[in-house]
Amino acid sequence: MKKNKYDLSKMIEALPPSGIREFFDLVLTMDDVVSLGVGEPDFPTPWHICESAIFSIEQGLTSYTSNKGMLDLRSKIAHKIQKKCGVAYDPEEEVLITVGVSEAMDVVLRAILNPGDRVAVIKPSYVSYSPCVIMAGGVPVEIECFPENGFKLDPSDLEKECKKGLKALLLNYPCNPTGVSYTEEELKTIAQIIKNYHLLTLSDEIYDSLTYDFEHTPLLSFPDMKELVIYLNGFSKGYAMTGWRIGYVAAPREITGLANKIHQYTMLCAPIMGQFAAVEALRNGESEVEVMKKEYKRRRNFLVSRLNEMGLKTFMPSGAFYTYSQISSTKLHAKVFAKDLLMKKRVAVVPGTAFSEKGDQYIRISYASSFENIKEALFRMEDFLKELK
Amino acid sequence: MDEILEILQNNAKADSKDMAKQLNLPEQEVKKRIMEYEKKGVIIKYKAIINKELLTDEIQDVTALIEVKVTPQKDKGFDSIAERIYRFPEVVSCYLLSGGYDLLVIVRGPDLKTVSSFVSEKLAPMENINGTVTHFILKKYKDDGDILISQHPKDTRPAVSA
Repeated sequence: MKKNKYDLSKMIEALPPSGIREFFDLVLTMDDVVSLGVGEPDFPTPWHICESAIFSIEQGLTSYTSNKGMLDLRSKIAHKIQKKCGVAYDPEEEVLITVGVSEAMDVVLRAILNPGDRVAVIKPSYVSYSPCVIMAGGVPVEIECFPENGFKLDPSDLEKECKKGLKALLLNYPCNPTGVSYTEEELKTIAQIIKNYHLLTLSDEIYDSLTYDFEHTPLLSFPDMKELVIYLNGFSKGYAMTGWRIGYVAAPREITGLANKIHQYTMLCAPIMGQFAAVEALRNGESEVEVMKKEYKRRRNFLVSRLNEMGLKTFMPSGAFYTYSQISSTKLHAKVFAKDLLMKKRVAVVPGTAFSEKGDQYIRISYASSFENIKEALFRMEDFLKELK
Repeated sequence: MDEILEILQNNAKADSKDMAKQLNLPEQEVKKRIMEYEKKGVIIKYKAIINKELLTDEIQDVTALIEVKVTPQKDKGFDSIAERIYRFPEVVSCYLLSGGYDLLVIVRGPDLKTVSSFVSEKLAPMENINGTVTHFILKKYKDDGDILISQHPKDTRPAVSA
């Protein structure tokens, strides 16, 4: 390989580029695109939350906060976790406010990993998991989920890797990109493995409030999980607050202590406006989350039904706002499918290869878009599929 | 409330086939329920919400909110006087309220003069009406849940994101 001009970081150079990037650049050049490729809510942040942040700015509250975040916010988060999971966290020492779950993931991985530590990443997964493990000096061990198993983690596959030695597990449910979540029974088995192998688990439950067919069960709610689970959550998805960039970690104090060390040196603190907005979201936001959830569920039902009618095999996802649809019937590679669909019909979806090497027969379709947009995109997709025949 | 009604309340043109898919119901069931709601008068009618603020080249309607003080009648309370008022086609809404006055009557007409004369000639002289206060609406910002003065904000989200 040609040595680069500046002799830059070999580790970063070697990271694969995001599978979405090139596609994103292409979409930017086009008008009239109906996008089902978006990974964030289409709803604006509820007004009472925005208004509360505006008020805080008017009050002149524009300073840094404590590194860990405002204590009021940390206390409210600890309270919420206690209510949902039955586990008590000390808001002074065990809760850390971060710039989205993305930063939380990064600082926690850097806090827990030593060079060469193996970390299980369940595939298909959110694009940044494996790169974050690598940047933290770890080695991602990708465990693939298969359609025969409804894209759920097969616990025996996890156990196999545990036997070979694993430092940590990255678990995300409801899952981006598949929308898969786990029932209490299924999680019980996973929790048992975590306990048996003393496996540190980063549980990214950012989509928890968008679970449609059953109650979301937090991993923390199983016995003895507090010592092993690093709970990651935030405000982006449920409260439609992506741009505010507020996430959080709840974990044993040894872990939040080290994570905070990185956070204070690199980020200092999460933006105060976002933190005030988050306080208001926790105080008065639940009813609006329910309204959005209801709308997502209707869109999901419509989308899944139409896709199956059109011949794109799609299982019913139990959470988040994505379907992971099979395109084998078209005999096209996911990248080709996505590109052709965009060029010919101006509809954007994300090829499954962005989330897994084995994703070439799948596309991720987001229903974080208005019902009218979804309907229009499906008409166009139907035309596209007809023309392929 | 039935989700069918929730959907229709926001989009009277919602397709029953689409609703069936959204709610995971047979289309026949959706149609049946809608018909029942129509029959029972739960669904009164379907209409479009027109943003007249944008019809700049037309002469604008005039709307007034009128506070009405009433002496309630024996046995009938406020209902019969309310009925005498709301049967006028000029009256678009009529509510019985708690507080400093009794009825809030919303009157619409083609111009200021028409609305004023309706109040002074029809409403105020009516038996059992003890007084009226008329407030003309100068600008409508939001009407029945719909914001009228601004366009929908542009979708600023990147078209593709992880």
